[in-house]
Amino acid sequence: MAKKKKRASFQANAPLLSQLDVISLLDSMTLGVIFMDPARRVIAINRFLEALTGYNREEVVGVHGENVIRSNLLSKGDPVGKALESDETITLEGDIINQSRKKNPIRFTITPLKLTTGKKAGVMILLEDISLLKDLDNKIHGFTGQERIIGNSRKMHEIFELLPITARTDASVLITGETGTGKDLVAEAIHKASKRSRYPFIKINCGALPESLLESELFGHIRGAFTGADKDKPGMFRLAHGGTLFLTEIGDLSLPLQVKILTVLDDKEFFPVGGSKKVNVDVRIITATNRDLGELVKLGEFREDLYYRLNVLRLHLPPLREREDDFRLLLDHFFLEFKTNLHKKLKGFSADCLKVLSFYTYPGNVRELRNIVEYAVNVCPNETIRPEHLPKTLLTMPQASTPSALDREVTSKAGNEKSMSDNPAKTTSSAILSPGGWGQVEKNMILKALTKTGGNRSRAAELLGWSRSKLWRKIKHHALE
Amino acid sequence: MKILITIHKDEVAPRFDLTSEILITETEGEKITGEPRIILLPGTSGEDICGLAIKENISLVICGGIEDTHYQYLKWKKIKVVDGVIGPYQQALNSSVTNHLKPGVILPGAGISGEQSR
Repeated sequence: MAKKKKRASFQANAPLLSQLDVISLLDSMTLGVIFMDPARRVIAINRFLEALTGYNREEVVGVHGENVIRSNLLSKGDPVGKALESDETITLEGDIINQSRKKNPIRFTITPLKLTTGKKAGVMILLEDISLLKDLDNKIHGFTGQERIIGNSRKMHEIFELLPITARTDASVLITGETGTGKDLVAEAIHKASKRSRYPFIKINCGALPESLLESELFGHIRGAFTGADKDKPGMFRLAHGGTLFLTEIGDLSLPLQVKILTVLDDKEFFPVGGSKKVNVDVRIITATNRDLGELVKLGEFREDLYYRLNVLRLHLPPLREREDDFRLLLDHFFLEFKTNLHKKLKGFSADCLKVLSFYTYPGNVRELRNIVEYAVNVCPNETIRPEHLPKTLLTMPQASTPSALDREVTSKAGNEKSMSDNPAKTTSSAILSPGGWGQVEKNMILKALTKTGGNRSRAAELLGWSRSKLWRKIKHHALE
Repeated sequence: MKILITIHKDEVAPRFDLTSEILITETEGEKITGEPRIILLPGTSGEDICGLAIKENISLVICGGIEDTHYQYLKWKKIKVVDGVIGPYQQALNSSVTNHLKPGVILPGAGISGEQSR
C-alpha cells in the first residue's frame, strides 16, 4: 500500500522531471557527455566534454559528433551505429584526440535515446577519461608514474625527486628549459600525480595567440563583448576548474594580461571579457618558458610580482647535451618504440651512424633526437641504420666536440653492429677544432669541480656525481692532467 | 604548392592517424592546377601518412585531429599543418588557396551532409 502511494507521488512529480535543466545537471559531472541525433549530429555536450575536447558547446551544435570527439570508435566496429539500431547500451575502451593534439584513453558508454513515445531520438555517449587507470595499470605492471619521462642522469634524478613534492602542494610551478626538453611532459606528470588528477589538465600556449584572442581564450567572453562574439565562451580558466591550467611560453605574455593573471592568482576570481559578473575558479597554475624570466623582469618585459608569484616551485630541465648518461638510453628507447610501431625488422645503428649521432649537439633536444630516430627508422630499408639514413640536415648542423655517449663502450645489440670504445686522441683534437657542445661543457664542469675542491679529485668526483675512476678517465680524456 | 588533405567521404577526416583516404593536389597562386589525386591507403597509420607527405614533397597538410608527435614531426620536416579542420574538404581546399583556412575552424558546410561518420 505504502509502495503504491510512493509510486503515485513519483508519477505526480513526472512533469517536474521533464522540466529539469538536464545540461546544468550534467555540467556538475566529472564525465564527458554528448547527445547526438540519429544522423549523429551534436545536440548538446556538457562542460566536462568541453574541457576534454577543447570545443565550446555552442560552436559544435549541429556538427557531426565524431568530428568533435575524434575517437577511434569507427575502427572498433562502429558501436554508435549499433547502438542506434538496437536498444542496447554498449561500453568499450578507446581513445580521443583533443584540440591540444593529445591522445587520451577513454571508456565510452553508448546509450540509445528514446522519446516517451518510443521513437528513437539518437544516442548519448558518456566519456570517462581513464588515463589514471591506465597509469595505475602500468605501475602495477612494473612501470613508474614517470615512465614517459626517461632519464638516468644525475640532473634528471633531481627532477624525479622533486616531482612528487611539487604534486603534493597547490603552489605555482615554473618549469624552465630549452625547447624540446620535456616541459609539457613534466607539467602533465605533476598534474597526474596531484589530487587534481580527476579534473581537467588544460594547456594553453601564450605565444601562439594575439593578446585580444588570448584574453578571451583564457578568461572567456560574454556574447556581444566584441565584434564576432556571437555567443558566450567559458574560457580555459573556467574549463580547468578543479584541475590544472598549464600556461606554456609564459614569457611571451603581454603586460596587461600579466596583470589579469596576477589578479586571478591572488583572488581566485576574474571578470570574463565584457562581463560584469565575477567568476570564481579553483585552478592550479603551472607555467613553462624557454626564456630567462629573471632577465625579462630586468628588461621590464615581465612583471616582477608575477614572476615571484609563479616562481614558487622551480624545475629546470637540463638540455640533452647536459644529460650525458641519457643519450644512449633515449636513443634505444625511441629506436625500440618506432621499430615496434612500424613493424620493422631493424637490428640497430652502425658504428659510423652512432658516431654521427653522438657528435651532434641537438639544439632541439630530446624532441629532435626522437624525430631523427623516427626518420631513420622510417627511411632505413635494411637491418642496420647507417649515416645515409639520417636526415641530411644532421650532417650540416653544428657538431658537439666530444660525443655524449661514446665515453663508454657501445655494446651491439645485433651481431652485425660494431663496438666502439674511447678514442681520446681523436676526440680531444676534435674538441679543439669545434668549440662548444657537450665536450666543452664537460671539460668546464670538471675544471669547476676541481677548482672548487682545491684539486681534490675524490671530492670533485663526489660533486659531479661520478665515481673516482670515471673522473680520472675523463681528466685523461680531456687532457687535463 | 602541394597540398595533402586527409579525407573521409566528402569531409576532412576527423582523425589523421585513422585516415584511409587522402587527397593530393597542387596549387599555383590562388588556383588549383591539375586534377586532384585521391589515394586509398592500405591501412591506417599516422606514420605512413607522414612518410607519404615527405615522399610527395607536400608543403601543406590539412587534417582533423592529429597527435602532437605527428604534428611536430611534420613541422620539423618544414611541412605546414592546418589541423582541427571540420567540414567538407572542398571548402577546406578553397579556403586554403586563398590563405583563409585557420586551425580549428568549423567550416560552414560542416554537419549538413547527414550521416558522415558511417
